[in-house]
Amino acid sequence: MASAFVYAPAPESRAIVDIAPSYGLFIDGEFTEAADGKVFKTVSPSSEEVLSEIAQAGSEDVDRAVRAARKAFGTWSALPGSERAKYLFRIARIIQERSRELAVLETLDNGKPIKETRDADLPLVAAHFFYYAGWADKLDHAGFGANPRPLGVAGQVIPWNFPLLMLAWKIAPALATGNTVVLKPAETTPLSALFFADICRQAGLPRGVVNILPGYGDTGAALVAHPDVNKVAFTGSTAVGKEIARAVAGSHKKVTLELGGKGANIVFDDAPIDQAVEGIVNGIFFNQGQVCCAGSRLLVQESVQDELLDSLKRRLSTLRLGDPLDKNTDIGAINSAEQLSRITSLVAQGEAEGAERWSPACELPESGYWFAPTLFTNVTQAHTVARDEIFGPVLSVLTFRTPDEAVAKANNTPYGLSAGIWTEKGSRILAVANKLRAGVVWSNTFNKFDPTSPFGGYKESGFGREGGRHGLEGYLDV
Amino acid sequence: MPTTASAAHSLADVTASNSTLSRFLHGLPGVDAVGLEARAASLGTRSIKTTAKAYAIDLAISMVDLTTLEGADTPGKVRALGAKAVRPDPTDRTTPTTAAVCVYPDMVAVAKEAVAGSGVKVASVATAFPAGRAALEVKLADVRDAVSAGADEIDMVIDRGAFLAGHYLKVYDEIVAVKETCGAARLKVIFETGELSTYDNIRRASWLGMLAGADFIKTSTGKVAVNATPANTLLMLEAVRDFRAQTGVQVGVKPAGGIRTSKDAIKFLVLVNETAGEDWLDNHWFRFGASSLLNDLLMQRQKLATGRYSGPDYVTVD
Repeated sequence: MASAFVYAPAPESRAIVDIAPSYGLFIDGEFTEAADGKVFKTVSPSSEEVLSEIAQAGSEDVDRAVRAARKAFGTWSALPGSERAKYLFRIARIIQERSRELAVLETLDNGKPIKETRDADLPLVAAHFFYYAGWADKLDHAGFGANPRPLGVAGQVIPWNFPLLMLAWKIAPALATGNTVVLKPAETTPLSALFFADICRQAGLPRGVVNILPGYGDTGAALVAHPDVNKVAFTGSTAVGKEIARAVAGSHKKVTLELGGKGANIVFDDAPIDQAVEGIVNGIFFNQGQVCCAGSRLLVQESVQDELLDSLKRRLSTLRLGDPLDKNTDIGAINSAEQLSRITSLVAQGEAEGAERWSPACELPESGYWFAPTLFTNVTQAHTVARDEIFGPVLSVLTFRTPDEAVAKANNTPYGLSAGIWTEKGSRILAVANKLRAGVVWSNTFNKFDPTSPFGGYKESGFGREGGRHGLEGYLDV
Repeated sequence: MPTTASAAHSLADVTASNSTLSRFLHGLPGVDAVGLEARAASLGTRSIKTTAKAYAIDLAISMVDLTTLEGADTPGKVRALGAKAVRPDPTDRTTPTTAAVCVYPDMVAVAKEAVAGSGVKVASVATAFPAGRAALEVKLADVRDAVSAGADEIDMVIDRGAFLAGHYLKVYDEIVAVKETCGAARLKVIFETGELSTYDNIRRASWLGMLAGADFIKTSTGKVAVNATPANTLLMLEAVRDFRAQTGVQVGVKPAGGIRTSKDAIKFLVLVNETAGEDWLDNHWFRFGASSLLNDLLMQRQKLATGRYSGPDYVTVD
């Protein structure tokens, strides 16, 4: 008779990455301590092991980094585009060469599965640098008129969910267009940005063109508020995005914000069910749902709800949660204790409001921050779990009867970052996509990214676009 | 153990006429090709190591339908194949036997004698394999011939021309007739997925075959350009999973042609494990139609046992 096919542990070796016991700030091409000597620890969310001690940038360091970036701006922006491109191509190639090391590092510091860092994050990071390297000497032909000029010093603040990828989204277009940057990685995931600093040195990038300042929210606030910053780019929560918008109001700083979302994944009765199930799983459990464009609201046509939910539950039971370094792990750790407690409290609220909670049988590791994949059924538009961004592996299932109702419910949110449409009918895809107020609409797929494709939000999901030709605009004086 | 498929299940009335059958098959959920292939590729990245690999290799050996389907087949060749199936690795008696040997009908008697007493089954292709271009009577005679020579299993091909012309009921009736002729022999229904071409067609053919009483659904003959792929096998595994959920009847799956390495075979077993589930991880429900695959499995098995690669001269060539 049949016996169980138990996958033996298949951990990726962490020997490939050498994490130093401490790291400084990266200013003007050098690693340096913080002026006030402050440090903080970064831990591995899957084990709570301390990985390293990191210098914490204060306002004095911000000033020093912005001055370094300002000093570098003159020569960097004066380089022919083809010369800047050489540096970017070099960086892209080094990232590819070091991709296994960086994937392991990112998995350790962030908690996401190695499968994702290896197959999604790192290939996209390199692709982003390659793509914008290609633009550097073609800016005259980007549709902004002849000889578009860079803005100057860009202050960039990135989140912890895709640490190195968000860095690439910020730094690649900034450098291609001739700006210099000061970037603040998130306090829970500073390591890959510091390794990137090393890559900049390896690539021979001129001093001061890229500066990395690890720190908390106050570091980011100081950077955004610095009078000599010309451009602010932020990816993160809508609440912080609003603060930034207020902080820069009235200044001449150009701003792009990429904020939260509550993406609707709409499944029509003629959808390819098995692939829709995969898309739903990918939409909400990719990176433990800690994705701004996650498909966190499943809108399913009522007539196929039971069939779809049966398939979905069966599929969730096959998800493998555990050691993020194991190559067979599908679901890794939640990034921080703070995020875990936010997810936990929103889920508790969902239950208190009467939504029905379901999770597959799933053993959680004893140490680290973990949350089982979770479904909420019997959810209506009035439920908190249907309105608030949870930023975790929690899917709210709502139903609709007609395409018009699907569109109305999908758009009935203060956010507007992503949406998905599942149907075998091409005309319906086009008709519905036209009515959705979301920056990206995926049809019969979800969470697909490409550097050539612009990404950004409607409404409280932010403004400005990153990626593609459009992504150049936020860094040019046009 | 679930009983063999029969018309007694809840879907009996869909085969009332070609139009009801056609409506039913065209009403099955569509298949998004990009999504299906992405899912198959993603399961292909599973890392199967150490104990899991040892388990998978033995399981795969036990699932091989060791096949020779050449114009040049002789009794000598078939006897050698039979001996190989019974004792795949003469240096290691713990090696499992293969599931079956698969031959043309005129070689069934020879094969039967070669594997006698071993538990290895004899499967025979029939119904004017591989093209299936013959009158029904000829096909049934082919089947009768194989069964009377002692075949335990019959691998039939469907009439792809009829299928592509939309004559689903003709295909259905042929399968039913062959099934009847098989008697106690288990029936594998070959779709020749490479000729059906679209995934929608493969899903429809899978349901058509299962409705008609197939014990196994099988991808291909090994005689066309595209044979078993992870994606078409994944799709057929979804079909048997869904069919059992709806009717209670379990049907087996046999990818055939093009699976040559242990690495590939293990990927297929991962597909089985994570799609149809562990009930199919048994050679009663899953087979590999292959010839060269077995030696690679044996070399990998020796490597796991000894820590060294011994090379192709240390496995038998038959």
